[in-house]
Amino acid sequence: MNSREQILSDIRILKIDNSELPTIPQFEYEADIIESFKTSIKTNKGEIISEEALMDLLESGEFVNVYSASEPYSKYSNCSLPEDPHELKNLDLAIIEGYFGVGENGAIWLDDSKLGHRVLPFITEHLVIVVDKKTIVPNMHEAYERIGQAHSGFGVFIAGPSKTADIEQSLVIGAHGAKSLRVLLI
Amino acid sequence: MNHPVQAAKFLEDKSNAKWHDETLWFVRDKRDLSSKSIPEWEKLRELASGIKDNVLSNLDSYLVEFEKNAIKNGIKIHWAKDAEEHNQIVLSILKEKDCKAIVKSKSILTEECHLNPYLEENGVEVVDTDLGERIVQFLNQPPSHIVLPAIHLKKEHISEIFHEKLQTEKGNNDPYYLTQAARKHLREKFLAAKMAITGVNFGVAETGEFVVCTNEGNADMGVHLADTHIACMGIEKLIPKREHLGVFLRLLARSATGQSITNYNSHFRSPSEGKEIHIILLDNGRTKQLGREKFRNSLKCIRCGACMNTCPIYRRSGGYSYGSVVPGPIGSILSPGIDLKKHSTLPFASTLCGSCSDVCPVKINIHEQLYEWRQEITKAQSSINAKSIAMKIANGIFSTPFAYKISGQIMRGSLKILPESVTYSNLNTWGKERDLPELPKQSFKDWYKNKGNE
Ligand code: SF4
Repeated sequence: MNSREQILSDIRILKIDNSELPTIPQFEYEADIIESFKTSIKTNKGEIISEEALMDLLESGEFVNVYSASEPYSKYSNCSLPEDPHELKNLDLAIIEGYFGVGENGAIWLDDSKLGHRVLPFITEHLVIVVDKKTIVPNMHEAYERIGQAHSGFGVFIAGPSKTADIEQSLVIGAHGAKSLRVLLI
Repeated sequence: MNHPVQAAKFLEDKSNAKWHDETLWFVRDKRDLSSKSIPEWEKLRELASGIKDNVLSNLDSYLVEFEKNAIKNGIKIHWAKDAEEHNQIVLSILKEKDCKAIVKSKSILTEECHLNPYLEENGVEVVDTDLGERIVQFLNQPPSHIVLPAIHLKKEHISEIFHEKLQTEKGNNDPYYLTQAARKHLREKFLAAKMAITGVNFGVAETGEFVVCTNEGNADMGVHLADTHIACMGIEKLIPKREHLGVFLRLLARSATGQSITNYNSHFRSPSEGKEIHIILLDNGRTKQLGREKFRNSLKCIRCGACMNTCPIYRRSGGYSYGSVVPGPIGSILSPGIDLKKHSTLPFASTLCGSCSDVCPVKINIHEQLYEWRQEITKAQSSINAKSIAMKIANGIFSTPFAYKISGQIMRGSLKILPESVTYSNLNTWGKERDLPELPKQSFKDWYKNKGNE
């Protein structure tokens, strides 16, 4: 018997009585989900920025290598998506559009179709995600309802910048991934 | 391994022990705040527990469904009966790709399999990329906590290691400075790696996808830059449907650190073009535990670490005192199932206060299982030693379900309001480090009666 058969038969032999799968009810939520989204992003050490602030930032010259997957800001892109994702290693700023946001925790859903390269939102030094206010859902249950059966090879909820507290529980922003997350609500 | 002996060693450094205790309690407090911000918290715990019960009662069919869907998505599935087979599979994939180095994100399962030493013996360089794990790897130590791997170390110590390994300034203990040094060092490793290993937080039978949660983004940095991603997954990590992720992602980070969600929650369904994803499904004693009715639901654990942060014993004895891969209350019910003799002191490393069961997001009756293991161990141990005398006393208290329940309630109620000295049971070695409680003026029963009349 190979290991697959062995494991499955070791389980089957136990003949465990079926325990019913519960159904997830509808939960109530805070009325102002946009406000709770903003608060959540701030709690996660991200930042909500206005369009003007983003423009200022882009024009400040602070970021040398910029890539925008978001059409309105593509004129600030000064590099195109390389064939090999390793070449993104010097990227200073990426601007991406999120599918939707989640009020209760600030998570923003992105998938292959928005990313170009899966490593993009991680390898970039700084990250801006553009989120349409109308897309914000209250909680994770509605988030998965919204994703539905959509098929993407990779999808990710990003809720803040890369962070760690592994040294004496002191919070440090910028561990391995993006050192900042700015969210532009439109 | 003898827990009280190891714990005594941990307590020798009084200030460190105090810091450890207070820091973990602080994390526990954050968990409380976070959970209370959701009115349906208790309902979510019930749902999570119910979903996992359903999984454990149909594990064979969910595994088959998961496998079928994952294969359809272009993922390669391997099955491993034990740690040895698991490690061999990893090595064979490495050999096939002619690969001599891997980056690895946090995976308790690979610790359980002792994958690192195995690969190193076979000439493979393993780089742990979670900051805490990298720190303990530099020291040749295992993680001391499943969520906070380096919680037993102070920054001065970490600074010294980094000075030696990463040439950071001597005496610079600033966590930001040290983290940036690690970032730079690990970036090089990520960019060079051809193969990346991750653990799995949840596997979804319905879609064949799996989810990995991190705050640092290290798992994603590794796998998206590498050509091959190996995901190591215990067979109990399955959930039936995608919609169930909603329940578990709401519970996991809140229970672990008090965050509402981890900053990165990656869903892997199929490899990107030209790349490969492998999943290794591991048994290694899990089907045995499934067969032990009393201990079955320990397999519901989602490894949030909340039971460790809240445990008065864990906080005051440190992860290493347990001598098991998963320490703390949950480790003390999982490990005896793997090696009863080696881990026979672990079920006694508890006050049975029940705080672990109270915080567990999947409602595992941890303290009751600790009690059950004590029964098993008492049966198995014939020789009379100090422990078994302690057990006899314990048996007096815990011999009837009613008495046991009541004593649990006392413990639970008293944990927060009574001085430290009273919260420790004096039945075992734990009493040694504690002040003896003053004799109460009245028995609990009397007090309770009077209180009822107040
Ligand atoms: S037993 Fe419960 S509280 Fe402990 S780590 Fe597992 S899920 Fe978390």
